[in-house]
Amino acid sequence: MKPRIAFFDFASCEGDQLQIVNLEERLLELLQHVEVVSFREAMKEHSDNYDIAFIEGSCTRASDEERLKKIRANAKIVVALGSCATIGGINCIKNYRNQTEVRKEVYGDKYELFDTYLARPIEAVIKVDYKVPQCPINKEEFLSVAKALLTGQKPFIPDYPVCVECKMNGNVCVFEKGMTCVGPVTRAGCGSCCVNEGAICWGCRGLIDNPNTDAHKEVLEKYNLTPQEVMNKFKLYFGWSDTNAQKPQS
Amino acid sequence: MHKNHNLDIDLHYITRVEGHGNIVINVKEGKIEKCQWQVPEAPRFFEAMVVGQKWDVLHHITSRICGICSIGHTLASLKATEAAFGIKLSERDIKLRKLALHAENLQSHVLHLGYLVLPDLMGVGSVIPLASTHPAEVKTVVRIHKTANEMSDLICGRTTHPQRLIPGGFTKIPSKDELKNLKDALNAEWNDIEIVAQLLLSLAPKLPSFTRETEFIALTNPNDYAFYDGEIGSTDAKSASVDRYLEYTNEYIVPHSTAKYAKHARESYMVGALARYNLNHRLLTKKSQDIAGLFGLKALCYNPYMNNIAQLVEIVHSWEDSIRLIDELLADNSYDIQRTNMHTNVPTYQRTNVQQGIGAVEVPRGILYHDYTYDDKGFCTKANCIIPTNQNHANIQADMEALVPQILDRPKNEIELMLEMLVRAYDPCISCSTHMLKVEFC
Repeated sequence: MKPRIAFFDFASCEGDQLQIVNLEERLLELLQHVEVVSFREAMKEHSDNYDIAFIEGSCTRASDEERLKKIRANAKIVVALGSCATIGGINCIKNYRNQTEVRKEVYGDKYELFDTYLARPIEAVIKVDYKVPQCPINKEEFLSVAKALLTGQKPFIPDYPVCVECKMNGNVCVFEKGMTCVGPVTRAGCGSCCVNEGAICWGCRGLIDNPNTDAHKEVLEKYNLTPQEVMNKFKLYFGWSDTNAQKPQS
Repeated sequence: MHKNHNLDIDLHYITRVEGHGNIVINVKEGKIEKCQWQVPEAPRFFEAMVVGQKWDVLHHITSRICGICSIGHTLASLKATEAAFGIKLSERDIKLRKLALHAENLQSHVLHLGYLVLPDLMGVGSVIPLASTHPAEVKTVVRIHKTANEMSDLICGRTTHPQRLIPGGFTKIPSKDELKNLKDALNAEWNDIEIVAQLLLSLAPKLPSFTRETEFIALTNPNDYAFYDGEIGSTDAKSASVDRYLEYTNEYIVPHSTAKYAKHARESYMVGALARYNLNHRLLTKKSQDIAGLFGLKALCYNPYMNNIAQLVEIVHSWEDSIRLIDELLADNSYDIQRTNMHTNVPTYQRTNVQQGIGAVEVPRGILYHDYTYDDKGFCTKANCIIPTNQNHANIQADMEALVPQILDRPKNEIELMLEMLVRAYDPCISCSTHMLKVEFC
């Protein structure tokens, strides 16, 4: 029997599910090997009987925890898709501020109608078996993870910094060009795609398991960068692992 | 309608739309007690997130409001920042940005019509069964979608969350050879577009013929069918500069929705492809006007279901206008000797005494505004963004209230389908609409 797969989304832009649609004709091929039983964005049918659940988005309110726990109870394997689900991502920027203030700023005196708490990766709520990082996910990496899961193998996600790939690609170092980036501490696997396009590494794949912060500090000192400049870049994607951000009380 | 007619519809999390929305209808003894379009999406508070952030990261953050229209959000954001700091763009970069918007419009409209709307017209639950029953049609849709995405990749670095678009222009631009290849790919695509147009033409009778008068709002300018720039145009009022957007949006909160609603001259208005068509149809390319004629689409069209057809008309327009823009870029002798821009740690321009900047662009679902205020060090102190789908929520609600009494005597599944198709016709981007809400208390 074909494995039954389902897609779910929480607080996110749904850009990761879009990357799966963007597989175009290869998605049609993939569909021959699996049975999609739930994908609200694309299909009307829905079933709670599935083997693999792919989840996009962060958990940003207590009321969504129950839905996540149900998915966990139904699925044999849970895969987190994208920065919001794997590391909290952009959603965690609001964790640096008082949550009531944030609600008041957006919804004014009606703020109590709108529930929110500190944004978090789904792993903070349920057990996650595999993660496909990046904002948005790289469709090739998604395919390789999907293939590994379908053949019973463990998907491979690198645990070295983006700088390794960036150097191999022959890019001039971003710092050398007078810009700031977080490539030295960010998980590789993207092929340094943003730097290749003339941009900087924003850190969307999250921190590597043991970031060499001393080496990063040396780089920053070498280029006379202010702590504030670097902190601003750290706050974009690393909010959940940053001790300066608020943490849930438990 | 029967006096003893009872009906309960609770479409929780309507499918084949971006984001979470519910349709709730309760009819007791022939009387409509509840008729509601609800938006329970988890809010994300982007406007509070960007406060305290520096001018050179705002577009990166706000791009994440929406996966489907991330190019549009990035451009509205950049235009707001550029307006605040008086940053000017070259003609070349404006043309490239227009191409980027066309690419996004093509991608988004094809996705909506081919993957989300077509299943309704063909009586199935999703595009997946169509892949086996109508492989040729599905593959044609996939090919158009793929070309549009490749166009985004080429102009923006990637399709979703563009990398090359930054304040002042681009970090990298496509080579002339790449542009020539893109032009060839677009030219080769006409046959596919015609196939999809013919398929939709054969299915168009299935679109309900419901009409309700309303106001339409879209960017408008005398030079082109506006996507990148223009004034705020309305079918009910004179046009005005984008600085006056608050007068045209008037957002308000309703308890059953985490997204806000908007109104202008009437209780509601509509934005998106049909609004653009109704206001700017005279500036469409020849081929796209022909397609409109084929479907009998005429301004002013008050049938919201025809938004689907207006999207098809715009696919043809974006396709044809892209080829024109590429030709102009190819003819520009200074194209590849002009500079590109860089991310920098310090602003490289003189600050103006203007601290507020407003940017508006037309994204696939309608007019989008970003409005930022910066302090003298270039950090954002206040942000307001108004999303197309927010502007449509009240119009969807008003359409439902007008439509439900007209169709109450039909079978429940038919009523459900018509209501779902109505919501889908607006191509709502619900996660967007809950992400950028801000109340102004005057």
